[in-house]
Amino acid sequence: MSKFKNSEKFLIKHVSTYTPPPAQYGGRHTVTLIPGDGIGPELANHVHELFRFCCVPVDFEVVNVDPSIASEGDINNAIMAIRRNGVALKGNIETNHNLPPSYKSRNNLLRTTLDLFANVMHCQSLPGVRTRHKNVDIMIIRENTEGEYSSLEHENVPGVVECLKIITRTKSLRIADYAFRMAREKGRRRVTAVHKANIMKLADGLFLQCCKEVASGYPEISFDSMIVDNTTMQLVSRPQQFDVMVMPNLYGNVVSNVCAGLVGGPGLVPGANYGDDYAVFETGTRNTGKSIANRNTANPTAMLLASCLLLDHLKLHAYAGMIRRAILTIVTETRLHTADLGGQGSTSEVVQSIMNAIQSTRAHTLST
Amino acid sequence: FCSSTWLKNAIQTVTLIPGDGIGPEISSAVMKIFEAAQAPIKWEKRNVTAIQGPGGKWMIPPDAKESMDRNKIGLKGPLNTPIAAGHPSMNLLLRKTFDLYANVRPCVSIEGYKTPYTDVNLVTIRENTEGEYSGIEHVIVDGVVQSIKLITEQASQRIAEYAFEYARNNQRASVTAVHKANIMRMSDGLFLRKCREAAEKHKDVKFTEMYLDTVCLNMVQDPTQFDVLVMPNLYGDILSDLCAGLIGGLGVTPSGNIGTNGVAIFESVHGTAPDIAGKDMANPTALLLSAVMMLRHMGLHGHAKKIEAACFDTIREKKVVTKDLGGNSKCSEFTDAICQRVKDMD
Repeated sequence: MSKFKNSEKFLIKHVSTYTPPPAQYGGRHTVTLIPGDGIGPELANHVHELFRFCCVPVDFEVVNVDPSIASEGDINNAIMAIRRNGVALKGNIETNHNLPPSYKSRNNLLRTTLDLFANVMHCQSLPGVRTRHKNVDIMIIRENTEGEYSSLEHENVPGVVECLKIITRTKSLRIADYAFRMAREKGRRRVTAVHKANIMKLADGLFLQCCKEVASGYPEISFDSMIVDNTTMQLVSRPQQFDVMVMPNLYGNVVSNVCAGLVGGPGLVPGANYGDDYAVFETGTRNTGKSIANRNTANPTAMLLASCLLLDHLKLHAYAGMIRRAILTIVTETRLHTADLGGQGSTSEVVQSIMNAIQSTRAHTLST
Repeated sequence: FCSSTWLKNAIQTVTLIPGDGIGPEISSAVMKIFEAAQAPIKWEKRNVTAIQGPGGKWMIPPDAKESMDRNKIGLKGPLNTPIAAGHPSMNLLLRKTFDLYANVRPCVSIEGYKTPYTDVNLVTIRENTEGEYSGIEHVIVDGVVQSIKLITEQASQRIAEYAFEYARNNQRASVTAVHKANIMRMSDGLFLRKCREAAEKHKDVKFTEMYLDTVCLNMVQDPTQFDVLVMPNLYGDILSDLCAGLIGGLGVTPSGNIGTNGVAIFESVHGTAPDIAGKDMANPTALLLSAVMMLRHMGLHGHAKKIEAACFDTIREKKVVTKDLGGNSKCSEFTDAICQRVKDMD
């Protein structure tokens, strides 16, 4: 760690000693729940239902964020609730991109205010889901607070807009360190940094340099880098070559969506946003699913798997494991597949089947 | 789209830039096939190695520039930019010299070259002069870097209009603008506005807007839903390479660069492949398909169709194909097979 300047040493904390927020009122955790828009509310209800069924010691504090009002009161309430509880489960909040720039994306505000610097998405091929590529197992770690999403834009001359992409040494070191620590914890062998440093020599050059510096502290993990356009080409032809990938914000957006598409679509992959003090869980590709809202056709798998990640974060591993096993069993049943997987199943059928699967394992455990 | 003014039988001169590495061999292959097809094209070979002009400014040789300005149409092989040459990349130099503002890549699945994706048939149109590749970067304080993404009304309008014109001229049904205006409200918002304005002027072409991440997500699941895509520089770079990956990589993808004043340079986008240069192993498909794109641009649809069909048939038959296409024939054998097929078609 001696290669880091003194001023930076204290910024790199080790999260492995983190303890979840203390449970309140008789061993039950309180978790903020932001239903969001589109399919968000119905999926949030299913999570609620499932947790109740499994007697998970979690109570949800529901905070609604209305995307149509201009004031940031709603999102500030949500942020305060997350500060209070430490963890949250959220659906995507719609952003009307026709509104003026003063109206910022609520999701982005949440991420930056709470400094949820790492977006982690684990894309794995699931048995029972038919895809063009098999044996995909990629962990994507995306810087979540700076880069192209800094929302700093101005129009100095009419008709000429400048948008600033900010890359800092501190945040790049932080995310690189997070990626390598995660790789070490999960026993992964290789980390690939995705960049465009041949064109953005200073910005992505800095990011790449920080990754290289951090890599030298993890000799057992091999490190390489790849330019983003080549990365997408490689992903659609041979995704099996990738292990852990770390990258700045925008490339993370592209790569995570490509990988989610490769393993079966937005309905299957959960996502997690981690900061030093808070954690927010959501679906990996952050879609509102407006066109399929309230039709009982949305795939609940991504949101339910996200809730399992939440339970793992709260150290309720037994519950997390039980629910996850049931979900992965049900996802192999082709007759229950929802529209996004090419089937005609309904959301409620999937959730009910998951509950039945949990019930039968419970009965089995009780009888032994 | 200057085709209607040229007589079908007149020989047109095209500037040919063979390039480096495998460039010369694949250029000869293309010339041979064009000869077999009796295409009314006369080639004018030029070298574009950068030279320093008066005042120390790097530029392409004046005879190359004069040739391009005169002929308007060019075909280019892969170019090498020597490291520490002191000048920017060759491609960048060409882009700046001729103001090549639109990069067009039609991605069509090649029957006979199997990839996990079939029935891909889309075109990516990428703004090529500004956006995230403006090259304007500063170190604000030690450890904080800012890179500026520039979006101008003029460039956005130009690319949007081109996209719709292209759709109209090539009988494409819809144009989709790819953006991230939810996050980059002002910049992508401006781009989007210009696309919408262009859409108003071309009501016969359907216009949709889609977020970049949604496009990526849907592209790898079902690429058949896309037709023409128009977008700023960075998204275009990523998406055009993604689409190239869908059909089999840069070795089989054609590309065209449209500039102001009617200049158009068609090129193969793969590298110079120095390891196989001079060994008669190269695959000329990318350059050939770019040349076919060039013929279509010039209005020589008959010859374009003939050469393209010959190329695809040869690949589909798999008897005489180069190593990267799954065979073990030489470049010259592959070229001869296509020439034979072209001659048989007459």
